[in-house]
Amino acid sequence: MATVELSFTALPAHVRTARLVATAVARRSGVDESLLDEVRLAVGEACSRAVEGHQLYCPAEPVRLSLTDLAGRFEVEVTDACAPAARLPAGQGAVGAVAGGHGAENNGGLPASIGIAVIEGLADDVQISETAAGTSIRMSWPSSGASR
Amino acid sequence: MDLKLDHHSKDGIEIVDVEGEIDVYTAPRLRELLIELVNSRFYQLVVNMEKVEFLDSTGLGVLVGGLKRVRAHDGSLDLVCTQERILKIFRITGLTKVFGIHDTVDEAIAARRAEK
Repeated sequence: MATVELSFTALPAHVRTARLVATAVARRSGVDESLLDEVRLAVGEACSRAVEGHQLYCPAEPVRLSLTDLAGRFEVEVTDACAPAARLPAGQGAVGAVAGGHGAENNGGLPASIGIAVIEGLADDVQISETAAGTSIRMSWPSSGASR
Repeated sequence: MDLKLDHHSKDGIEIVDVEGEIDVYTAPRLRELLIELVNSRFYQLVVNMEKVEFLDSTGLGVLVGGLKRVRAHDGSLDLVCTQERILKIFRITGLTKVFGIHDTVDEAIAARRAEK
């Protein structure tokens, strides 16, 4: 069972809240202080990506964040509800939306997948899985498991 | 902390002072300011990020977008940043090769002058 679960309306303003919660729980879970900035940035990237996807395809659905203190690992999972079917409106294709991210038109020409690239550069272990319901980004960092 | 933006001219270069967090929520305000400056014919920009506490890929996209806009007018956009946690995201994404990143505003201005 997750230590903390959070679901929030897909609004950019809430991404900061998600970052703060994730950092606080990581600290309590015994993640080293030197890694907390990485946790904060990676969680922010994953949540930003999810929010942008939701705003395009399913604004009424919440973004879900799960923070789990495992034995020696602090695990974060960010789950969006952008089902592949929802990304492909009949005959229109998915404008700016690919598995790697969304909203490329506002990204200064950076590839849409840059958020994923940043996450992979920050977290020790990153697993991205797509299901019929949406995409899940799972990432983890070492922890001392000091607090439960 | 929210985002605070200010700008002023120094030695003919427009210095943009950024303080706080640049993320998916606040980045549009920085984008608007950079567009406004370019529309006002400020093509030599230095973005001072010494008081930036957080920067994500959305913020990077805004900076890259600003760079493209000033370069379209033969301009420049340099950065001032010494914070390791902010520099790290530039390194991960390879953008240290795209931006001139300096330790101080004066150093950024001097580097720009030297290139002219």
